[in-house]
Amino acid sequence: MTTASLAPSSATAPANTLHAAGRDVDHGWVPEAIDALSHERALSIYRQSVFNREFELQVAAAVSNKKITTPTYLAVGQEHIAATLAHTFPKPMIFAQHRAHPYYLSFGGDPAALRDELLGLDSGCAQGKGGSASIHDPAIPMYGHSGLMGDQIPIAVGAAIASGRTTLAVAGDASVEEDYVFSAMGYAQAKQAPVLFVCEDNDLSILTPVATRRQWNMTDVVRSLGMYAVDIADDPWLIAHHVLQLDTNLPAFFNIRTCRHLWHAGAGCDGPPEWNRFKLIQVRLDDLGLGSQRREIEKESSQRAKNLWKTARQQVDSQVDFKRPSNLQEKKLA
Amino acid sequence: MTLAETIQQVTRDHLARDNGLLFGQCVTAIGWIGGTVPEMTEEEGIVELSMADMAGAGVAVGAALTGRRPIYVIRYQGFMWYNAAPILNYAAKSKDMWNVPCPLFVRSIAMEGHIGPVASASHHGMVMRMPGIPVMAPMTPAEWLEGWRWFQEHDDPIYMSEHRRGFPIDYEMEDEISGPADITLIAISAARLNALEAIEQLSQEGIRCHLVHAVWLKPFLLKDSIRESLNQTGLGLVIDSDFEVAAAGRSIAYELMHETGHPVHALGLEDRSAGFATRHDNGTPTAEQIVRCVRNAVVKQKKNEPTLN
Repeated sequence: MTTASLAPSSATAPANTLHAAGRDVDHGWVPEAIDALSHERALSIYRQSVFNREFELQVAAAVSNKKITTPTYLAVGQEHIAATLAHTFPKPMIFAQHRAHPYYLSFGGDPAALRDELLGLDSGCAQGKGGSASIHDPAIPMYGHSGLMGDQIPIAVGAAIASGRTTLAVAGDASVEEDYVFSAMGYAQAKQAPVLFVCEDNDLSILTPVATRRQWNMTDVVRSLGMYAVDIADDPWLIAHHVLQLDTNLPAFFNIRTCRHLWHAGAGCDGPPEWNRFKLIQVRLDDLGLGSQRREIEKESSQRAKNLWKTARQQVDSQVDFKRPSNLQEKKLA
Repeated sequence: MTLAETIQQVTRDHLARDNGLLFGQCVTAIGWIGGTVPEMTEEEGIVELSMADMAGAGVAVGAALTGRRPIYVIRYQGFMWYNAAPILNYAAKSKDMWNVPCPLFVRSIAMEGHIGPVASASHHGMVMRMPGIPVMAPMTPAEWLEGWRWFQEHDDPIYMSEHRRGFPIDYEMEDEISGPADITLIAISAARLNALEAIEQLSQEGIRCHLVHAVWLKPFLLKDSIRESLNQTGLGLVIDSDFEVAAAGRSIAYELMHETGHPVHALGLEDRSAGFATRHDNGTPTAEQIVRCVRNAVVKQKKNEPTLN
């Protein structure tokens, strides 16, 4: 099998003229990226990705049947980005915002505490105060988010400057439009703060696409600050390739084009995504001769997530006084 | 030692001995913020921020999360309208939300007199309405040190509403509640200095005043002296260098009325924008304004008319 045959195929991405330039499944692909991950590491990333995805699907089910009634920001379709970073950019301080369940899980946060947080229980990672948007785990360490979009960027910069620790600051394509994000990134460059800024660019602010909101490109803006910046699709091999390229040269910025499969908040779906990276990863692993391993991983990780949520119903029933529609009485969460 | 010298010395020790940090804009400019900042380098802990206020406050908050207990200097309190977001929505909430301390020492400095609609006066009222951050308005060295000690003994952020008129003060100010009086004045920040002048003028008219200095604004410290004085005078006035409407003065007056059952008025900045020309200024109530307000309240009280209108 040649390297070329392992390259992603743009045929999987439907044409969408509304989207800003650069929105395609192969964006930024370089052939040498295929060498960025060993088979072992690729499978390990996949294992985490599957767990993240299955966790999110379990959350979606809990939202749909009203076990979870607070605003919930799911990352189905984006679950592999955090998994890849956790394997290639280890042990940073983490500052993210909503849609960050995969960061919490991938970097070692306690899944049960996240589950309980989403259920509003005292045993949640923020005792039920944080909900989906303000999750944290000091042990990772992942810091909570206040709810003001993008405010994690200057806070991450300050933490990196004061501590000298490598830091990961994650935002979305809407949050990076907050004015203080630019100035904080400019300051990070001036002070050479050791921060990797990641923009998970799903092209949507709720439902408003980037092209409607702005005519500039975030990567161009960051480059104008003098910072190293790349604009790439959400291929794990490509992400890993660029992390490895960084070596220890920070700050840097990655704009990662990705697709959100479900609603901004909640478990609904507006139709098929532009591309389905999860499927593409499966094809890649099969092409690499790792098909049997990936199927085994899917079975294990999927079961692990399901088991985690199986216990949730009992916990909710015993700790939360929620009103349950009668037709859900006999339905099982799992 | 003046208040400015005290702050400078404490800051020097914090940076040199405690691995502390000081963040601010144009810190190393002429004057070093009224002489309150030691002439130290970035390597020694003085971190010059860019002029981006919201980002700068966020940077300071992030540094606080790492435990270096930074001092964050806001040169004009009016800039809190920019700076408030990270301080009040993150630093003040961090411990409550996530049990993660974010000890940030905010030095927010009021100034007034011909400096226009933004940079004028104090703005501690906007901070007081948010949970998770105590508010203090020190004017003397000992008062400031009390706030600093509190910061050292706790892992919460604190908002120090300073006023440049306090920087040269090298003495302490005691409550004046001896003897009979017609009214209790509870004064905050620079209003304390103007209240002292007003009391002199009022005494010549035969109106006697008690004066209580309010330093801890939130939680408001209801000192015994305030309660005793109000019970004796039956009438109070809170004077502040922040706006009067929906701000610290009225909030404290409300609390005092409920605590003592006596009418307590509030006097602060007028409900209008300040301009640069003298005639458009809008600063801490002057001695003359305080005199008029007190005279009116006392006269009504003596005539047994309602003093609250």
